[in-house]
Amino acid sequence: MQFITQIVFLLVLIGGIAFFTRNIRRIIRNIKVGRKVDRNDHPNERWGQMARIAIGQSKMVKKPIAGVLHVIVYLGFIIINIEVLEIMIDGIFGTHRILSFLGGLYSFLIGSFEILAILVLVSVVVFWIRRMILQIPRFWNKEMTSWPKNDALNILYFEMVLMSLFLIMNAADHQLQLNGAAHYAQEAGIAGAFPISQVFLPWFEGFSNASLIIVERSSWWLHIIGILIFLNYLYYSKHLHILLAFPNVYYAKLTPKGKLDNLESVTNEVKLMMDPNANPYAAPAEAAENEVPEKFGASDVMDLNQIQLLNAYTCTECGRCTAECPANQTGKKLSPRKIMMDTRDRLEEVGEIINKKGKFENDGKQLLDDYILREELWACTTCNACVEACPVGIDPLSIIVDMRRYLVMEQSAAPKDLAIAMTNIENNGAPWPYNQMDRLNWAEEN
Amino acid sequence: MAEAIKVPTMAEYMAEGKKPEVLFWVGCMGSFDDRAKKITKAFVRLLQKAKVDFAVLGTEESCTEDPAKRAGNEFLFQMQAVTNIEVLNAYEIKKIVTACPHCFNTIKNEYPELGGNYEVMHHTTFLKSLLDEGRLKVEGGKFKGKRITFHDPCYLGRANNEYEAPRELLRKLEVELLEMRKCKSEGLCCGAGGGQMFKEPESGNKDVNIERTEQAMEVEPEIIAAGCPFCMTMMTDGVKGKDQEGKIQVMDVAEMIANAEEL
Repeated sequence: MQFITQIVFLLVLIGGIAFFTRNIRRIIRNIKVGRKVDRNDHPNERWGQMARIAIGQSKMVKKPIAGVLHVIVYLGFIIINIEVLEIMIDGIFGTHRILSFLGGLYSFLIGSFEILAILVLVSVVVFWIRRMILQIPRFWNKEMTSWPKNDALNILYFEMVLMSLFLIMNAADHQLQLNGAAHYAQEAGIAGAFPISQVFLPWFEGFSNASLIIVERSSWWLHIIGILIFLNYLYYSKHLHILLAFPNVYYAKLTPKGKLDNLESVTNEVKLMMDPNANPYAAPAEAAENEVPEKFGASDVMDLNQIQLLNAYTCTECGRCTAECPANQTGKKLSPRKIMMDTRDRLEEVGEIINKKGKFENDGKQLLDDYILREELWACTTCNACVEACPVGIDPLSIIVDMRRYLVMEQSAAPKDLAIAMTNIENNGAPWPYNQMDRLNWAEEN
Repeated sequence: MAEAIKVPTMAEYMAEGKKPEVLFWVGCMGSFDDRAKKITKAFVRLLQKAKVDFAVLGTEESCTEDPAKRAGNEFLFQMQAVTNIEVLNAYEIKKIVTACPHCFNTIKNEYPELGGNYEVMHHTTFLKSLLDEGRLKVEGGKFKGKRITFHDPCYLGRANNEYEAPRELLRKLEVELLEMRKCKSEGLCCGAGGGQMFKEPESGNKDVNIERTEQAMEVEPEIIAAGCPFCMTMMTDGVKGKDQEGKIQVMDVAEMIANAEEL
């Protein structure tokens, strides 16, 4: 009998991890749909950035309430998972609290896990209240209906259930140890310390050991299965940031926010145009003849770079970007969060086609127009408030600019007034039709 | 104060075989916009007072292409940038100061990869260095004790992490410096960046400059201090839109320093 549960546990564990691995490989494959970009420069600065912003949560705490609550959940997530290690060993070998030989340290650990668990539970309940009762506006923007809304709530419920199961499991286990039940009680005394779950002990008054074992085993199994389900839910949810925030911050831009990249394909063209020795009638090099000229800007996810796609998977839809966006605050359609959500949704759609057909085939859709509207793109003031606000180094502005580049350079589809300004710049070096020869007139005027 | 001022050009310096200490990049707004021209002149007066050896490109200057680049016209940007860089490099320019954060950002961050490497300073940073070196003296004068709030230009602040230089200049004027609810790295844009200056806004329920003006009005300033000609236009319009012209002035930090001493 014992054997069978151990085998079942092992199969569940392997199944859960295998499915998770499959999903992670899909994410990596989908990110590679994007263009390559080199962001391996300055590793020391990048590690520092990751330590401060991702590990140190420095941007999270800019909003103190949400920030502190998030730090609790984050620490809880990392530290309580040490317990999962023990659960896995116990599950595979049929042992009970295998790490209890650590004695005082073990009691300290279990005690800390319990305190963290209750803090996490309280934090998550406050998160729910902020979302559903206080209805903080950034959780209720247009893009936060249907799945995105339910997804956020699912995660909160998940965490509530997992933390509750952990505490109930400990309480039943504690009672079994007090009862001296076989397999649970140890000669050395009580294994673990239960500062929080001891409050629940009175619930179990009058329970037989057999009933207690049912409670303890059910909680134990549901807890570990819950964790495995949560792990695999990540891929389908907005919650991948618990893993991807770290690489995402590592690869985030180190240069000043105001610096946009200079498109290399354009630089090459411009150099050729400026080169007095270039022969405009020269036949293209043999290899270049069949090459499709590089597309300027982005109209779909494969035109974006891999960091931009990683950004899309990392976004947890907190909406701090959108709350800071001047266009969004004044009622325009643009929402930087929606830019990231759309990018991910389209990337997932492209990924599904690859799953089915082995490679991407044109499905008549693209990121531009089918997901992100021109009206959104043209509302951006490039002020970088969204980039500054993101706690995990996402850069929605770079996607907006790449898509504007496509609109202007591939489609000549700039808004009329902007097109006029650009024509003026081209003709007379200023956005208005003033003669360049008049540029110093101000010095003569009174 | 009203007479024409003598502004030397790079071509004149070249003809005399001299090189200035710094090139003043005036920018399109500073050259053509009536309001921004006043900032240009105020800054020139300060340069002259501090005996800074400077020159402008004059008719050889052209748009840096910030609006075109941010509107997505990378082609136009690079064509124009390369041309500007050729002019700057021909004059062997080492140091540039500009009163426009958009020109500042573009030349400082986006020209180097195209072959233009210069030390680029925003005029507030430059003025602060003149003060630090003792070349320029600033005293409270007529702004002493006035309620003043500084509106951070996105392309100076968030884009390039310069929040303190303009504030230090204002402190030197002994003003009562008030911070808006949204300031420094969280400052709200005036609404003109990314090419918006040259187009109608998308439909919404408010203009960005009105929103920002309302934020400024919360601290009841007598003057909104700016550091960018685009912000100047937007905030001036915002103040007009809120019927506050009688109460609130919008001034560039350089103008305030020049006016404090009635230069």
